[in-house]
Amino acid sequence: MSRARADEEEYWHSSKFRAFTFDDEDDELSQLKESKRAVNSLRDIVDDDDDDLERVSWSGEPVGSISWSIKETASSSTSSLEGRDSSLQKGSSSYAALPKQVSSYSLSNLFKGRNKLPSFQSLSDALSDIGVKNYAPELRRSKAEYKDYSSDWSPKDTIRRMQRGKVCSLERFRSLQDKLVLLDEAVAGHDGNVITAVLIFLKRTLRREILFRELEVRQVALCHLIHFLKETGEQKLLLDLLRFLDRTEEVALSQYREHLNIQDVEKRREFLKSCIGLPFSAEDTSHIQDHYTLLERQIIIEANDRHLETAGQSEIFRKYPRKASILNMPLVTTLFYSCFYHYSEAEGTFSSPTNLKKTFKIPDKQYMLTALAARAKLRAWDDVDALFTTKNWLGYTKKKAPIGFHRVVEILQRNNAPVQVLQEYVRLVEDVETRLNLATKYKCHDVAIETYRDLKDRIQLTAYKCKVERGSAEEEKINSILNNT
Amino acid sequence: LQEHEVEKMFTLKPGRLPPADVKNVIFFVRPRLELMDIITDNVLKEDRGRSPQRDFHILFVPRRSLLCEQWLKEQGVLGSFIHREQYSLDLIPFDGDLLSMESESAFKECYLESDQTSLYHAAKGLMTLQALYGTIPQIFGKGECARHVANMMIRMKREFPGSQNSIFPVFDTLLLLDRNVDLLTPLATQLTYEGLIDEIYGIQNTYVKLPPEKFAPKKQGEGGKDLPTEPKKLQLNSAEELYAEIRDKNFNAVGSVLSKKAKIISAAFEERHHAKTVGEIKQFVSQLPHMQAARSSLANHTSIAELIKDITTSEDFFDNLTVEQEFMSGIDTDKVNNYIEDCIAQKHPLIKILRLVCLQSVCNSGLKQKVLDHYKREILQTYGYEHILTLNNLEKAGLLKPQTSGRNNYPTIRKTLRLWMDDVNEQNPNDISYVYSGYAPLSVRLAQLLARPGWRSIEEVLKMLPGPHFEERQQLPTGLQKKRQQGENRVTLVFFLGGVTYAEIAALRFLSQMEDGGTEYVIATTKLINGTTWIKSLMEKLEPAPF
Repeated sequence: MSRARADEEEYWHSSKFRAFTFDDEDDELSQLKESKRAVNSLRDIVDDDDDDLERVSWSGEPVGSISWSIKETASSSTSSLEGRDSSLQKGSSSYAALPKQVSSYSLSNLFKGRNKLPSFQSLSDALSDIGVKNYAPELRRSKAEYKDYSSDWSPKDTIRRMQRGKVCSLERFRSLQDKLVLLDEAVAGHDGNVITAVLIFLKRTLRREILFRELEVRQVALCHLIHFLKETGEQKLLLDLLRFLDRTEEVALSQYREHLNIQDVEKRREFLKSCIGLPFSAEDTSHIQDHYTLLERQIIIEANDRHLETAGQSEIFRKYPRKASILNMPLVTTLFYSCFYHYSEAEGTFSSPTNLKKTFKIPDKQYMLTALAARAKLRAWDDVDALFTTKNWLGYTKKKAPIGFHRVVEILQRNNAPVQVLQEYVRLVEDVETRLNLATKYKCHDVAIETYRDLKDRIQLTAYKCKVERGSAEEEKINSILNNT
Repeated sequence: LQEHEVEKMFTLKPGRLPPADVKNVIFFVRPRLELMDIITDNVLKEDRGRSPQRDFHILFVPRRSLLCEQWLKEQGVLGSFIHREQYSLDLIPFDGDLLSMESESAFKECYLESDQTSLYHAAKGLMTLQALYGTIPQIFGKGECARHVANMMIRMKREFPGSQNSIFPVFDTLLLLDRNVDLLTPLATQLTYEGLIDEIYGIQNTYVKLPPEKFAPKKQGEGGKDLPTEPKKLQLNSAEELYAEIRDKNFNAVGSVLSKKAKIISAAFEERHHAKTVGEIKQFVSQLPHMQAARSSLANHTSIAELIKDITTSEDFFDNLTVEQEFMSGIDTDKVNNYIEDCIAQKHPLIKILRLVCLQSVCNSGLKQKVLDHYKREILQTYGYEHILTLNNLEKAGLLKPQTSGRNNYPTIRKTLRLWMDDVNEQNPNDISYVYSGYAPLSVRLAQLLARPGWRSIEEVLKMLPGPHFEERQQLPTGLQKKRQQGENRVTLVFFLGGVTYAEIAALRFLSQMEDGGTEYVIATTKLINGTTWIKSLMEKLEPAPF
C-alpha cells in the first residue's frame, strides 16, 4: 500500500497533464488518502518550482476536525481535476455537492489574510506572500473553470446581481485587471449603490497609489469615492486623494470644513490658523484669514468680558447681562456686541468698534447700521446723533447718513425712540413723499405740518387736522398756518 | 396595517425604543447614514436587559444599500437584524397626474457630487411605469442627466428583452428635463395658490401644517381662551373639489373664486326654506353631507387664503417680488442690488438672500467678479465665515458664478422663449406666465414648444442651455402602434430630474387644459421643491448654534 502511494506520488510529480485512473483505487483508498492526493495535485496547479508550498501541512493547521480538511482538500481536488480532465466523470460527480459547503466559510477566512497585504496585482504575487491555507480555497476558484458553480459570476453578472439587491462576494476578483473590469461594469450600470460597494472593496484591497491612479481616469467612480469619503468622514484619505488629483482648492475647503467639528475654541483657533496657508482662491484666502482673526479677537474679548461680568464692576454688564458668549458669532454680530458694550473704547483696544472696523475693513454703511442699532437699543440718543454729525472745515455741523435717513428712522422706531428723537431724523429725509409718509406713520406731527406748509398744500394740511389731538399745540399750529396764508 | 397585526408605528428617533409588547421590530428607512446611526442607537440601547429578546428587521426604501449595511456592520449591529430586505418604491403617486421619488438630495447628488444613483432609480421607476402603462414610443430630453437616464432605460430594455410587453401605450412621449437646464424657475417666488402655501408653510408629502389661530373652532362663551396650540394639519390634493379648482390659480384670482363659492353654498343652504314638499326636503337632506363637506373645505381655504394674504400684502413680500421681477425681466442684473444689501444688513434669513443673489446670477449668466465678491463678503461678514462652504457649493452647482464668457445669454433666451410677458392676465390666464405673474417657467416653455412646433425651431437657444438635447425612439410592435383619432389628445410624461415646483406643475396643468393644446401632461420628478428647500439641500450642514 505504502509503496503504491509512493509510486503514485512520483507519478503525480512527473507530469502535470496526465490523467490518472481513479477507478481502480477508488474503493480501497480512504478519504484521507484522497486528500493527500489532492494536496499533491495542488502543487501541480500552482507553480512546480514554488517552494513555499513545501511548508504546507494540512493536518497541522488549527482546523479543528479532520473532516473539515477533507472537505477542503477534496473540493480543491475536484476543481483541479475537473479543470484538467473532463473524462473524470466519477470523481467530479461524487464531489459535486462539496463546494457549496465549503463556500460558506472560505472567504471570510481569506479576508483576514488579505488585509495584511498592501495589494496584489496578480495571483503569483499573492502566492509568494501568504500561507497556503488562506488561499487554498481561492485557488480552487480562480483556476476552476466550471461555470455551474453557484456564485461564480462574471464581473458583468456580479454587477447585475448586485443591482438587483442580491449579495455577491467580490473577493473572488483578485487581479487588478478583474477589479477594474468590475468597477467599469459598475460604473456603466450607473447605480451608485453598486459603484460604492465596489469602491469599498477596491479601497480595502488596493494600494492607495494604484487606486488613485486608476480612479483618475474614471471620473464617475472618482466622484463616488469622494462622496463616500466625505460621508463617512475619512478625512485623511480624502485629503490624500484630492492632493493626488491636484485639486488643491478642494483640499483647502475640505480641510477648512473640519473646523466645524472642533468644539474647543482654542483648538479651533489653532486649526483655523493652520488653514490660512492652504491653497484657497485669492478671494477665499482673505476670508479665511479674517475668520481666524475674528475668532482670535473673540477669544480675547470673551475672556475679558466674562471677567468683567462676574466681577460685577462694570455698569453696562450689570444692566444688560450678556445673553450668550460672543464666540463663533459672525463678524457683524461681533461688531454689534462691541458697539453695545465697548462703544467708547479707544481705537487701540481689541474690543473697540473702530478697531474692528479697521481690521476687517467693514464698509461704512454696514458699520453705521450696526452702530446705530446697538446705540438705539441702549437708547443712547446722543451717540446716535454723533454718528451722523460731521463737521466740515468751516466748523459747521452737518447731518449725513450714507444709509439714508428713512432707514435711520425705521431702526430708531423699532427701538422705540421717543417722538422728539424720531422727528429730528424724519425731518432729514430728503424725499418729500417718504418724509410725509414716515411723519404720518410715526406721528411726527410737527414735521408733517411743516412739510405741508412748505408745500403750500392747504387741502392736505386741513385734512391733517383730524389726525392731531383736539386742542393740542399741533392743532393750534395748523390753525395759525392756515390763517396766516 | 392593523389587519396584519401591526401593534404600533413609531417615527424614528434616537434613544430607546418606545416600549411595546411586541416581538418583532421593523425599521422602514431610506438608505442614509444618519438614519443608520439612529437605528444603531435604537438597537444598542434595546439589547440591554430585555428578557424576551426582540427580533429586528430592516426594510430599505427604495432599496438596500450596501454602504448602509457596511455601516451597520461597523457599528456592530448588523447581526441583530434577522431580515434585511428592500421595498422597491421608486415613484410615489402624489396625485392623479403627479409622481415623485421624494429624494431630497437628488439635485445635490447629481450636480454637486456626480452621484447618479438617483438617476438610476429614476430610470428604474420609468421602467416600472412602462411595464404598467406600456412602452413609451418617443423619448425627448435636455441635459446631461436626462441623457444618462435615457441611456439607462435603453440599456435596461436591451438587457431584459423579456420586458417587451403587450400593453397598449398610455404615454406618447416622455420628456426628460434636467433641473440645471432651468435653474431660474425654482428661485423665483411661486405665485399660485398651492405654490404660495408651499413657499410660506411648506407642503410635505401633500400635507401642510398651518398656524392654528385662524382655525380655532368658534365656540360660544369662552372664545379665544383655549386656542389649539398644535399646528393644524391639512391634506391637500385634488380629491378635494374646491382645492382642485383653486390650487393652480394665481393667488390674486383665488379670492374671487372663494367668494363666489361662498355665495353658492349659502344659497344652497338657503334653499331649505323653499323646500315645501317632503320630496324636496328629502332631496335637500340627501345633499347635506356633500354641502357640509364643501362648507368646511371652503372655511379652511378661506382661512388659508387670509393667512397668505397677510404675507403677500406685506411690504417686504412686495419688495422682494419687485426685485425678483426686475431681475427676470432683465433690469439691472449687472450691479449690486440695493434691496439685497439692505436685507443682508437687516439679517434677513440667509436662504432668502441666497435665493435672490442666485436669481440675479442666473439672470445675468453669472455675476461680474466685483459684484460677486461684494455679495460674498457681505454674506460672510454678516452670517459667518463658515458659509464659505455653502457659497462654494452653489458655485459648483452653477447657481452662483462669475460671468466668464463676458456675454450675457439670458436676454436672448428670454426673448426667444418669451419668458417674460408684460401683459399677464391673472384671473383668466392665456399663457403659462401667470404662475409667476409675468415670468413663464423656462422648463415648461420647453415642454410647450416641444409639443408645438417642435424643438427644431429653437435649436439656437437649446444650444445655449447646458447639456445635450436628444431624441430617441423605442420600437413598438406594429399591433400596438396607436392610430390616433381626430381630436384625441397626446399624453406626455414630463420627468423633472432634480425637482419641480408647484408652479411648474400648475403651468403644465394649464397647458393640459388648453382647448387647442392637444397635449395632456403627466408629471414625474425626483422631488417637489421650492426655492427654499432647494437651496437648503445645497447648503453645507453646519453645526447647530450653541444656544
